[in-house]
Amino acid sequence: MAELAGSASAARRQPALAAPPVLWAGVAIQVLPDEARFSLRLPKAAAATAAEVAGFSLAVPVNRYAKNDQRWSARLGPNEWLLGGPEGDGGAIAAEIEAALAGQIHGVTDISHRQVAFDVAGAEAANILNAGCPLDLSLVGFPGGSATRSILGKAEIVLMRPASAPVFRVECWRSFAEYVHAFLAEAARDCPARE
Amino acid sequence: MKQDYRLAKGGRIDRARPLSVTFNGRRLFGFAGDTLASLLLANGQHLVGRSFKYHRPRGVLSHGSDEPNALLAVDRGPGRIDPNNRASMVEARDGLVARSQNHWPSLDFDVGAVNDALAPLFPAGFYYKTFMWPRAFWDRLYEPAIRAAAGLGEAPSSPDPDRYAHRHAHCDVLIVGGGPAGLAAALAASATDKSVILADEGAELGGALLHESSATIDGAPAAQWLAETVKTLIGRANLTLLPRTTAFGYYNHNHVALIERLADHLAAPPPDLARERLWQVRAREVVLATGAHERPLIFADNDRPGIMLAESVRAFINRYAVAPGRRIVFATSGASAYSAAADAKAAGVDVALVDIRREEACRADAAALRAMGCEVLTGHTIIGSTGRKRVSGLIVAPIDGQAKVGARRTLDCDCVGLSGGWTPAVHLFSQSRGALRFEPAIDGFVPDRAAQAVRSAGASGGTYPLSACLTEGFAAGAAAAGAPAARSFAASATRVGFQPARALPTSRDAKRVKAFVDFQNDVTAKDVKLAVNEGFESIEHVKRYTTTGMATDQGKTSNMNALALAADALGKPIPQVGTTTFRPPYTPVSFAAIVGPSRGSLFDPVRKTPIYDWAAERGAKFENVSLWRRAWYFPKPGEDMHAAVARECKAARGAVGLFDGSTLGKIEVVGPDAAEFMNRMYINSWTKLEPGRCRYGVMLKEDGYILDDGVVARLAPDRFHVTTTTGGAARVLNHMEDYLQTEWPHLDVFLTSITEQWAVIAVQGPKARETIAPLVAGVDLSNEAFPHMSVRACRILGAPCRLFRVSFTGEVGYEINVPSDFGRAVWEAVYERGQAFGITPYGTEAMHVLRAERGFIIVGQETDGTMTPDDVGLAGMIAKAKPDFVGKRSLARPDLVAPGRKQLVGLLTEDPNLVLDEGAQIVENPAMPIPMRMIGHVTSSYWSANCGRSIALAMIADGRNLMGRTLHATVAAGFASVKVSAPVFVDPKGERVHG
Repeated sequence: MAELAGSASAARRQPALAAPPVLWAGVAIQVLPDEARFSLRLPKAAAATAAEVAGFSLAVPVNRYAKNDQRWSARLGPNEWLLGGPEGDGGAIAAEIEAALAGQIHGVTDISHRQVAFDVAGAEAANILNAGCPLDLSLVGFPGGSATRSILGKAEIVLMRPASAPVFRVECWRSFAEYVHAFLAEAARDCPARE
Repeated sequence: MKQDYRLAKGGRIDRARPLSVTFNGRRLFGFAGDTLASLLLANGQHLVGRSFKYHRPRGVLSHGSDEPNALLAVDRGPGRIDPNNRASMVEARDGLVARSQNHWPSLDFDVGAVNDALAPLFPAGFYYKTFMWPRAFWDRLYEPAIRAAAGLGEAPSSPDPDRYAHRHAHCDVLIVGGGPAGLAAALAASATDKSVILADEGAELGGALLHESSATIDGAPAAQWLAETVKTLIGRANLTLLPRTTAFGYYNHNHVALIERLADHLAAPPPDLARERLWQVRAREVVLATGAHERPLIFADNDRPGIMLAESVRAFINRYAVAPGRRIVFATSGASAYSAAADAKAAGVDVALVDIRREEACRADAAALRAMGCEVLTGHTIIGSTGRKRVSGLIVAPIDGQAKVGARRTLDCDCVGLSGGWTPAVHLFSQSRGALRFEPAIDGFVPDRAAQAVRSAGASGGTYPLSACLTEGFAAGAAAAGAPAARSFAASATRVGFQPARALPTSRDAKRVKAFVDFQNDVTAKDVKLAVNEGFESIEHVKRYTTTGMATDQGKTSNMNALALAADALGKPIPQVGTTTFRPPYTPVSFAAIVGPSRGSLFDPVRKTPIYDWAAERGAKFENVSLWRRAWYFPKPGEDMHAAVARECKAARGAVGLFDGSTLGKIEVVGPDAAEFMNRMYINSWTKLEPGRCRYGVMLKEDGYILDDGVVARLAPDRFHVTTTTGGAARVLNHMEDYLQTEWPHLDVFLTSITEQWAVIAVQGPKARETIAPLVAGVDLSNEAFPHMSVRACRILGAPCRLFRVSFTGEVGYEINVPSDFGRAVWEAVYERGQAFGITPYGTEAMHVLRAERGFIIVGQETDGTMTPDDVGLAGMIAKAKPDFVGKRSLARPDLVAPGRKQLVGLLTEDPNLVLDEGAQIVENPAMPIPMRMIGHVTSSYWSANCGRSIALAMIADGRNLMGRTLHATVAAGFASVKVSAPVFVDPKGERVHG
């Protein structure tokens, strides 16, 4: 059994939430597959001049989302970014960030297992999110490339809209995932049934 | 199918779609497009309810949302009985079941009507005056009796099965009201590229235009203009039209709450359709086009069924094709009632009109009506009415120039249309904190200075002529959309103007008649005068003393009359008396709509750990800890809680226990200044803590009292893994961020919540090391290499692991931190491996007992927000050399260093089988007279299987000096003797934890 202890495949991952897609005319809600996620923090001075680190675009305004290939970043504050990438790249991402920022003040914390993500897509997606999110989610108020912390009902979320298409990404902490999913599924009943 | 009072033609009802409803068990017929009010009237049912206080027969007063009388229970099936629906706002649909309220045994014969005869016993302030003495009657007699009599309608008794939706929305322009002004505003605003929402409380857009049969707009009949306008608006993609939607609350920053009624009007609503939707709209600009309310006239017995508002008579005839009577007498002090009378006459009804004003004030209108063949009496007052369950006559009399009342005459009628003038609906403007101004020309309050980005247009701003309403509405809509534009509308003339009428002159003794001001709360003119006579001068006090305007209709038909009466009685002009404050909601809103989806499983998020399902599958009992659901204990078949907890506690000390600690709050503190930051936040010193070691830390608030505690691991010189209590996680992170951002922004340190990144599996007991040894790699578990209070990064079953050697039980213990998705797999592996040693999962109850046996405090149990470190015996942890930490200065406060503070001690009951109540008070001498001095209280109390007796922790004044003393704790039956001990009951030297 001692050999088992160190082997990479011994412990099986069990996702926080396994739920089938919720499909209505006008909206589809899906739990997204596992991804690696990090919280990156830089001092304010460094944040002002940050550019690209480990393939993540940091030089975007606050509340903006950017994606390069498989890696995406959401700037949630003046000195805070939520970074995401393929699940298998977690180790590489951490190492690359540390290498790129060596000698600079920074903080990187692995939060891959803290986060659960949903896709809320379709013409009615904004209305469904607006059941519990008070933001203006129109293309004027929340254009493609927007990202922000917000709330959905009684849960804190990070809301992203990668492009102008009505496809939103909702992230929350894992123990809130069941609530967030159920809240969205309930709100989706406002849509007509899918043919 | 017969509808005695249905007109043969006209109206907006759909005669091709007949329907029937049931009222008080009787089947009545109508058409699509009817409201319950119009359908009842079409069937000659004028008596629809009993009044609140006097149980007087009442009928439909209004055709709109201001209806005070016709409040019905609507029964849509089991769980769907909804009281107090205004008949004028309920759309008739096939199969609807409605019932009248506030009567027993029946609507026609109501025992409560005796109150009407006893009315002299119930003046204003009756309750205050009558139910004062004797004091002993308050609780047993007065309150239950008053409660039984109070309230209108029956509250539902079963859960509401319907869905209620919520939605937030943003727009450039929100227009409230879909009458002429609101429609014109929408035409203008939606012609720009701005986003516009138009909300109207009615089923159809149009407001007063829906019952306008003679007016023209731009040369076309009003109905045609309306149809074309609505068609135009429907085609505007930037405009959202919300019919059946009432704007009921206006809050800061143009945050307006709307209630949309989605389903009640449908015979077979789709199963997923919400019954109502609560909208919260944030609008850049708001246009209020909410119209005006007609005032009734105040005279004796002005409340008989069949007496209604004049404009409502007109609406029932023109919009619903219902003649509310065969002979209608209009009583008015203004011009608009002449239009109603003319329309009634044109519909074939026998009509007469009585005008309070003298002939010269209404000559043209009177002449026109007389020319149609109607009797018109000018310069007359109304003395009273006859009839009981339906009006049968109106008693009128001439008044001469000296206000002398002449000979009475009774005009036979079965319906009366009253018009005492109009009151602009300024409710929402007032809610927005806009100032109101009294406008004598219209005898009403109108919007003055706005406090937010809001405009009023049309009647709600005091403008009544149709063309002006349209022009004003258009200008308001255009300006609100940021594109000022003007357009003039040519509309036929509107009859406007009225002579303010208070209580009408009468030759009867005004003290002996009931002339109703507030129909819903049964407030009469003499009640208002009495309140003033008894010294109530502020209109807000008059309102509360008489309850005028305090019913669910919020006094829409009564407020202006009531305050004018009060002003007269006070001898002050109306502007000096002022108006009462308008408050949300404009009309009643169902609680369910406010609650929305937050019911059942969506009431609150229920947070579960990765190991929750495993515990649930094994029959664990759970308890709520903040939003978390934690395994409380794991009963085996046949075990009660006591037995299960005892077994779990013994296993943890005797072999090995397994505990889910995932809910512990965790914060990663990272950065070059991390240690300095920790020094400032905690009472302990962190500078010398080496990476790989842990320390128990205590954190204070600014006031020196304990805020939270937990084990902190130093992972690297610049990285700490902080743990907090389960319930304190968010509080501690906020507290830290607060200091970091506001006091010490120069510190380079970053805080990240990692509570949910890591599942925590506590393995505790003499066999803990053997249990986990085969599963971990990359760590030497020996005592020398990995002593108590250490941390190592390693792998467990291949998963990355932060392995803590810590203990909250006093036994050898490990806390396995693995990324949450691995939590269950690792838990199961540990459980399987531990089978050889009798591994026993334990819950929070056993955890509490085990830590109490060792005297470890729980923040929030031993502490209550007023305990210092010294109070709970942790003064030794304070790093005295540190220049400062949060709360340090407060610890020197005189009251915190004074002797006699409560201190943590143990208590052993004289009877070892007695488990004290937590919260029980401690006294020195139970023979003392009451009130006796209480010197402390029990904070934790358990049966300890390991000790074979009960144990308790307590906070007792000067407790550490009372060791061995016998004190007394309150129990249900009196007192129990207890002995003060050190707060540790197992392993006093703390040796077991080192293995």
